[in-house]
This record gives sequence, C-alpha cells and structure tokens, in this order.
Amino acid sequence: MKARPAVPSFWVVAVAATLATVVLTAAPLAAAADNPNAAKVARGQYLVSTSGCHDCHTPFKLGPNGPEPDMSRALSGHPQSLVMPPAPQLPPGPWLVTMAATNTAFAGPWGVSFTANLTPDAETGLGQWTLKNFTDTIRTGRHMGRGRPVLPPMPIPVYNNFTEDDLEAVFSYLRTIAPISNRVPEPLPPAQSTAAK
Amino acid sequence: MDASALHRITLPQRAAHALRTLVALLACGIAQAPAAAQSGDIDPALPARLSDTGLYRASSSTQVRADVLAFTPQYPLWSDGADKRRWIRLPAGSAIDASMPDAWQLPPGTQLWKEFSHAGRRVETRYIERTRSGAWRYATYVWNDAGTDAELAPARGIAALPVSEAPQGRYAVPARSDCTACHEGSATPVLGFGALQLSPDRDPLAVHAQPARRDDVDLPTLMARGLLRPFDATLLQRVPRIAAASPTERAALGYLHGNCGHCHNRSGAGVPLQLTLAQSARDAAASRTATLASTLDIAGRYRGTPLLPDSALIAPHAPERSVLLARMRSRAPHLQMPPLGTELTDREGSALVERWIDQLSPVEEPSK
Repeated sequence: MKARPAVPSFWVVAVAATLATVVLTAAPLAAAADNPNAAKVARGQYLVSTSGCHDCHTPFKLGPNGPEPDMSRALSGHPQSLVMPPAPQLPPGPWLVTMAATNTAFAGPWGVSFTANLTPDAETGLGQWTLKNFTDTIRTGRHMGRGRPVLPPMPIPVYNNFTEDDLEAVFSYLRTIAPISNRVPEPLPPAQSTAAK
Repeated sequence: MDASALHRITLPQRAAHALRTLVALLACGIAQAPAAAQSGDIDPALPARLSDTGLYRASSSTQVRADVLAFTPQYPLWSDGADKRRWIRLPAGSAIDASMPDAWQLPPGTQLWKEFSHAGRRVETRYIERTRSGAWRYATYVWNDAGTDAELAPARGIAALPVSEAPQGRYAVPARSDCTACHEGSATPVLGFGALQLSPDRDPLAVHAQPARRDDVDLPTLMARGLLRPFDATLLQRVPRIAAASPTERAALGYLHGNCGHCHNRSGAGVPLQLTLAQSARDAAASRTATLASTLDIAGRYRGTPLLPDSALIAPHAPERSVLLARMRSRAPHLQMPPLGTELTDREGSALVERWIDQLSPVEEPSK
C-alpha cells in the first residue's frame, strides 16, 4: 500500500484538535433543560466552542498526536510561566506576524500581545468584571471597555456581530468555568519586543 | 507548551500547527483595527449639522440661544491644549434630579455641547443628548473652514483631520465608540457637570482651569434658578471641596478626578479595577481615603516587569517608581493614560501630580 502523504495527516491532527476542543467543552450543554439560566450558559458554551475562543485563549500543548489545546488550562490565556524570548525580527516583505507555539502570544507591527485570562479568577481573570465590562470591551474594542485598544489577533470586528443576548450568554458561560490563577503579561510595544516576564 | 517541548516537535507537526494558526489569524483579520468594527456611515438618525441641534440662534453660528446655559468645570479634562466651551439646555419647565450630588440625573430632552478650538479656530463640537426615551446618544460635528457650521462626523471618527492650528497639524475626531468608552464608565454619562465641578469654591491651583465666564451657571445659580431638585441648602452652606492635606494635593486629586475619575470610580460602571480616582461632593473625606487606599504602595500589574520592576501605583515620595505618573506621561498606545482623547502628554498636569507624590510621606496613612 502506498504511504499517505505526510502533510495531510497533520491537517487531520489539526482538525481533530479543533473537534476535541468542541467535544471536551460540550458536556454541560445537555444540562440546559428548561432552566433559562442554564440555557443561557449552554448557549454561551456553544458560542465559545464554535467561535474560536479556545484557539487563542487556551494554550496549546504537545500531545501524542501533535498540538492540542491544554484543557487543564482552558481559557486561561498566555501562561504566566512561559516567558517569551524576544520576537524574531522579520525581514521586509509580506510576512507580518510571528506567534508562540502555545498560540497565546503574537508579535507583529503592534508589538507583542498575549491572550487574556477569561476564567473567573478574581485576581488574574474576569472575576471582577461585570457583564457591562465585557460587552463594552467587545463593542468599543478597548481593554476593559475603556482602555487601550484590544490588540490583534483578537477578532473584535467579528465578535461585534454578536447580539447583546449572545454576549450575555458568552459571559454567563465564562462565569461558570473553573477559575485559573494565571497572570498574563502586559502587552509590549513594538520597540520593546523583548523577553516578557 | 514549554520551550523544551517546542524543540521536540517535528517539523511537519510545527508546520501543521503554524498553518492552522495562520488560518485562524486570517479569519481574525489581524490587520483590521478595532475601530473598523464601527460603521463609518453617517447616522441618519442624528442631526446632520450642528445648526440643526438647536445650539445657536437662527442665522447665527456664534450666538447661543437664550435657553442654552454655559458652564465651566473647575477641573477640566486635558485635550492636548484645546480651548473648550461647554453648554447645556434643559427642557422647558424641567429640573435636574440632584438627590445624588455626585451623579446628577438630567431629564430626558437634555442637550449638551462642548466646543474644541485651537488658536481661535473652532475645530469640533461634541454633542450629547438624552432622548425622550431616556437613552443617551452621542455625536460630533466638524467645523467647516469658513466657520459657518459644522457637519456630523462619521461614526468611526476621523483619525487625523488636517488642522494647521492643532498640535502637529492634525486633530483626532473621536469615534462614536470612543464617546461611550469615556462617558459610560461612571454613574452618569455627563462629565464635568456636577456639584464638585461647578462648586463656587474653585481651586486656584487647578491645572488648565479656565476662569468662569460672566454668563456661566454654577452650583449657586442653578439652585437659585430652581434647576436643582430637591433644593439642598447644605450644599450652599458648605460648598463642595476636595478634602486634601495640602493645596497641592487638592489640585492633584482634582486633576485626577477630572481626567481619570470617569473610568476609575466606585460607581460599578467603570473599569473592573480596585482603583478610585473620582472625588465626591457628598463625602469628600471618604473619597480621598478611597483614592489613597487604592493607590499608595499598591502593587500594580507592572511591578516586576522590565518597565517598572519596583513600582507601585503611587509610590509615596518616589514619583519615579509610580506607575500612575509613568502612564500619564506615556503616549505609547499600550500604556498611555488617559487611553484616548489625547496624543500629547500634559506636562503641567504631570508636574502637578509629580509634586504631590513627591510631597507624600512614605508612611502616609490612607485614613488621614
């Protein structure tokens, strides 16, 4: 039998990783029943699982079949323990962005951005956020709804298509996940794309 | 994934990982600025011209209508040195619900305007209206070269309007989302119009303060006209004033109130941080205590970073270690405070805050 080409097999791995993200987070969906709040949480879980939130906010790890989301750190953002070395300097040309193997740190013309901790941890996550803080962040594209611009690759323009009900559902779900203490580094400006602590 | 694990990944695995993520990045539209999420279209529900909002008398672009009231807050917001004028109009027969001195509730139908000028040239007039339904809406109007009227700006704003009189020859017109970012982070969307800002006990050391104009309304005149209800005589007997240990502290806290308090406050609508920079007209001592307790020797998110390794939000007697001051002076997009509405450091305001921090004793007690 002729061996299958190598690269497509890795696409299978990548697709499988994506499916795993959905499957691993799907269990509580069945619990929605007739409870309106449970239905809202389930809706939020569905949106989080299908809108790519895990892709960047859950660190990737190397599993037996290749990179996969580390669900023990689900939605906790760039790992505090992973101190990034200086981002590579790209030569002039069409290449624009470099990223960490965890998919949680990105370097580009804006500097270096680190994905946020979305868990309800009071000190390092969204534990002190209100629904309004969350919706304001998406609507204004500003950190905490009022601060600096939310940085790439966060797809604010895409998520601005969520309705108010969608955003409330997402936030409601995020309140139910396990809090994880993980202090994500502050972003680095372009001139300071050095090691982040 | 730690660094050693990274090295163990085979090249095809890394390629697959990279490809997958790049696909995700492309889907994210990484080159798209957040402001692009906002519509750039002109909102047909808003008046198309400033003259349509009812600020000026008929056939005039300078004389405001008789029922429009001018006011001048004692602690103004820094706007890169722009000169500003402000007006309010209340619906006929209405009054302000002043039962909360720190959050006056304005009746539906209220209109407010703020005009921005550089070197005598009017550039922009911002407009806030409380609609009959009680909702708030925001607009901004850009003056024409002749100064005869101003036209509604796009909802996404204008990043760099050429204005030769403005610093660096350009002027940033805010996006509609910028309006809400600043105005909807406190107990009321109307900033600079409250008991403390309009107190007749004006701070002589307030930075960039414009003298009250002859026709301005302030706390006493609003009360005398019956425009504040309920009438609280104690506000006149003991007019609002920031509690402070020194005149410098009073002015510094006032500066932070006017420039930072609309996001950093205890209303529940501000940013989710334990940081209070808003001062209270009702209980000045308590708000000062809250400010000191949430800043002095408080480790911020920048402690331990290369930027400010040994920092506190405010390090008493050590301005060089104070994150608050560093961010006030920065205009790096990731760091600057305030985060929008300014592209130039306010040197005078920063110097005031630096003097205050320098005067603070390292053993300052928040309850003092």
